[in-house]
Amino acid sequence: MKRTILSALLILAVAALVAPAAGAQDQVTLIKNATVLTVTRGTIENGDVLIRNGKIAAVGKNLKAPAGATVIDATGMYLLPGIIDCHSHIAVDGGVNEGSIAVSSMVGIEDVIDPEDIDIYRDLAGGVTTANVLHGSANPIGGLNAVIKLRWGKDARGLLFEGAKPGIKFALGENPKRSNFTPPPGVPQRYPATRMGVMDVIREAFIDAREYRQKWQDYQKRVAAGEKNLLAPRKDLKLEPLVEILEGKRLVHAHCYRADEILQLIRLAEEFGFKIATFQHVLEGYKVAKEIAAHGAGASTFSDWWAYKVEAYDAIPYNAALMTQKGVVVSINSDSAEEARHLNQEAGKTVKFGGLSETEALKLVTLNPARQLQIADRVGSIEVGKDADLVLYDKHPLSVYSVPQKVLIDGQVYFDRQQDIARRAEIEKEKKALAEKDKKKDEKKEEKKPEEKKPEDKKPSAGVSEEVTR
Amino acid sequence: MPLWQTSRHPLRPLLALTLVALLALAPLAAQAQRPPEPPYFAIRGARIVTVSGPVIENGTVVIARGLIVAVGTDVAVPPEAWVIDGKGLTVYPGLIDSLTTLGLPAAAPPGGGAASMSEALQQAARQPIARGPEDRPGTTSWENAANNLQLSDKRLETWRKGGFTSAVTSPDRGIFPGQAAFINLAGERPQDLVVKTPAALRVNFSPVGGFWSFPGSLMGVLSYIKQVYLDTENYAQAWALYESDPKGRERPSYDRALEPVRQAQAANWPVLIPANLTKEVERALALSAKTGVKPILYGGQQGYEFAELAAAKKVPVLVSLKWPEKAKDADPEADEPLRLLRFRDRAPSSPAALQRAGVKFAFYSDGLGTPADILKNVKKAIDAGLPADAALRALTLSAAEIYGVGDRLGSIETGKIANLAVADGDLFNEKTKVKMVFIDGEKYEIREPSRPKEPPTVNLTGKWTLTVSTPQGPQESTADLTMAEDGTLTGSVTGQRGTASITSGWVSGAKFSFTLSITMGPRTAEATYTGTVEGAKMSGTVSLGPFTSDFTGKRPDAGFTLNGFTVNGQL
Repeated sequence: MKRTILSALLILAVAALVAPAAGAQDQVTLIKNATVLTVTRGTIENGDVLIRNGKIAAVGKNLKAPAGATVIDATGMYLLPGIIDCHSHIAVDGGVNEGSIAVSSMVGIEDVIDPEDIDIYRDLAGGVTTANVLHGSANPIGGLNAVIKLRWGKDARGLLFEGAKPGIKFALGENPKRSNFTPPPGVPQRYPATRMGVMDVIREAFIDAREYRQKWQDYQKRVAAGEKNLLAPRKDLKLEPLVEILEGKRLVHAHCYRADEILQLIRLAEEFGFKIATFQHVLEGYKVAKEIAAHGAGASTFSDWWAYKVEAYDAIPYNAALMTQKGVVVSINSDSAEEARHLNQEAGKTVKFGGLSETEALKLVTLNPARQLQIADRVGSIEVGKDADLVLYDKHPLSVYSVPQKVLIDGQVYFDRQQDIARRAEIEKEKKALAEKDKKKDEKKEEKKPEEKKPEDKKPSAGVSEEVTR
Repeated sequence: MPLWQTSRHPLRPLLALTLVALLALAPLAAQAQRPPEPPYFAIRGARIVTVSGPVIENGTVVIARGLIVAVGTDVAVPPEAWVIDGKGLTVYPGLIDSLTTLGLPAAAPPGGGAASMSEALQQAARQPIARGPEDRPGTTSWENAANNLQLSDKRLETWRKGGFTSAVTSPDRGIFPGQAAFINLAGERPQDLVVKTPAALRVNFSPVGGFWSFPGSLMGVLSYIKQVYLDTENYAQAWALYESDPKGRERPSYDRALEPVRQAQAANWPVLIPANLTKEVERALALSAKTGVKPILYGGQQGYEFAELAAAKKVPVLVSLKWPEKAKDADPEADEPLRLLRFRDRAPSSPAALQRAGVKFAFYSDGLGTPADILKNVKKAIDAGLPADAALRALTLSAAEIYGVGDRLGSIETGKIANLAVADGDLFNEKTKVKMVFIDGEKYEIREPSRPKEPPTVNLTGKWTLTVSTPQGPQESTADLTMAEDGTLTGSVTGQRGTASITSGWVSGAKFSFTLSITMGPRTAEATYTGTVEGAKMSGTVSLGPFTSDFTGKRPDAGFTLNGFTVNGQL
């Protein structure tokens, strides 16, 4: 008798977990019958994923949708966690580089996010749901980053990934030492102009940061001891982020290529007692994979770009695989609004070059970048409790023929390919009508009433510019 | 005793007469051509649009000693008042242009005058290089517009002719250009123009640096502004502590850039922050929150999108009347993004949207050349849904209120400053002319420039390439002209140094004349082109001050279209 009651209770409990009733305000979506590539817990054929209020509530087979739920029939399709691009420059207004000074840690990408950049929509349509938007590589110490979710249609604040650990961009090698190489006559060349200069700039900046931190600690001690009428030290926006790095509160993403500069930076970081979070590009990373792994840094690299400058000559497409095999957390990034649209295919190249398994390859653009950005508790795999950032492909994502059909962020469909195609005619019509109006205005100076506003209409259009500083 | 002082000198009576005559004429000479005027004016029997209350159809307004002393239907007119018959006239409060550079010497344009890229680079090289925020790039926060006013600015007269009696004028170069002043547009001496100063502290988001000088990016500018406010906090604290007990303390240094910012924070001056698009408004509001300032946003042309946000934050907006337009020589086949097309289409509806959301807003000219252009663009906003009385309020009382002078200007009420515009009809009707303006109670009549009355026999509308012969060689410029049916010419001329608007022009028969207002360094001067047209060519003389030169002009493409084909050259 007891056993029956217990088992009955157990069944009820399990049933409650598997198909809980939708509350009055719950937003529930059920994705049915897809090949679910969880990335961490294997692949589920004919699998279902239940989403409640933006989070993954259940993953399994034959899940029941409560009344009022949206059902997406994914038969024949593949579900992948949303792609995370660890090196992006989209959605930035007014320039991605503050290249006038060698240490520009006072500037921040978050201040200048452009929520209307069409590249957000295009990368979203390529399966990217989270992007690490970085300062450019003109400076040894660059500006602060912004981690965003590509929630197309939201304003600048609505794009920010809430709670993501803040980061900063460093750059080593040719780009920082060649910025400001040939200024106009009369303008002095910016220091540094050599690799040793680059390291010196970083070292001096951290020495300054240490002194600054000491000044503030001394001041706070005196205030705590009860001293009155003390003048606080000047708050310096340049040095504050560097102090945060020393205290482990800010992630360093360091653009680098050559093995020697990777080792130099590791030694400098260890000298000052902090860790590099990720090496970016790191095309010679395979040469020093052991040291990178020992330091505990991640590596975010290209699939197969090489030889576009001297420090990229030794790049090989096996880089990602070799570093992975040595225990480094590796991701593949785009550094390009165009490349970001097919990161799934870039990941696929590591299966050929290096023999990574399919799951390992998919991790390079999902779980691994999430771990590098320390947001793996929220995104990066299809697991109960994580954000419902998902991409539905019509073929296996590692296939060159696969095209994203739907992209969800926080359980909401932000990109739907069929809807996009259907809306194109409508958009062309609106464009033509507005262009005609313009022409008529010039010819006759007629007065017309403005058209009705459509709030969700933000569509791709011609003319995209991208700043690529690899 | 000298002979001429004795009563026996033969010329003494003549001397005495000359002396008396000179003394009598002296005050007239000092006041140029203005005869002495009574301190009382009254406009009787006019339509009075008070803005602060209902329209008075048949009313009288009395002015004395620079102020409005009475307004209404049954108003006693003092016997010594100079009475103006208001039949057929409409009296408005003088219009206010809420953000300009009127009265200020024109700063050298940042890249202007450079004939080539290498010259521009050399110019850039000569600017001091800023190696960080400590070098205070683009900062002249101590410049108060009230201290640099020049009555010789021809634009003051041009604006008055259009019914404007006041404006807010401010330096505009750099990141902290300086302080704005609320001025009237006429007075005896420059200081007499000032109504209130500082009216606001101004901030710009222009990256003054480029790649060799800080800041070169928008994020650099924003971080610089934030750093200045942090430094100001520290500066204020340092001086406060020092003043409270200087003994034993190191004296803080004086920082002329931070001192005005400190005053602005202490006295809570409003801060002018640029914000045209919705994302820029969000950025400006985030910056205001970070620095603790009270913003006045200027730009405002995406108000149709951000009206609710501005209303929620209770932030006033100055709307630029320079509505976005397709460039005149743009490729007609170019594919423009939908976002841009929508913006151009909807921008003029922004004032209506702001008004519906309850946002306080005013208009500013943003570089438009003449009051006629300003009012034409206000009309576009009215056609896009803004009620006409709201449009008028945005040109008068709202502008005054935003800058804290709504208690003394901006409407026709007893006790307020006598700034009025008197027109022969509805202000927003193109055919209406402003007959006179009152500024601080002084009357300024607007006389129509004399012009021949023949109807035009040629059509000057379109582009012309002008070549002026100068001692330095032939100078080319492009004129973009529009000729109205009655021969009135409007438009602009673009040369090496920029674009100048035509302030007045006419065509009569095959003869024409137009006048430009040109800024040369710190001065503005007028250039008048007079000539005749023959087919697709024109020729004549241009006078600039005392200098006269010859000029010729021709259509850029001396061709025409026939059945859809464009033919170049003559048949």
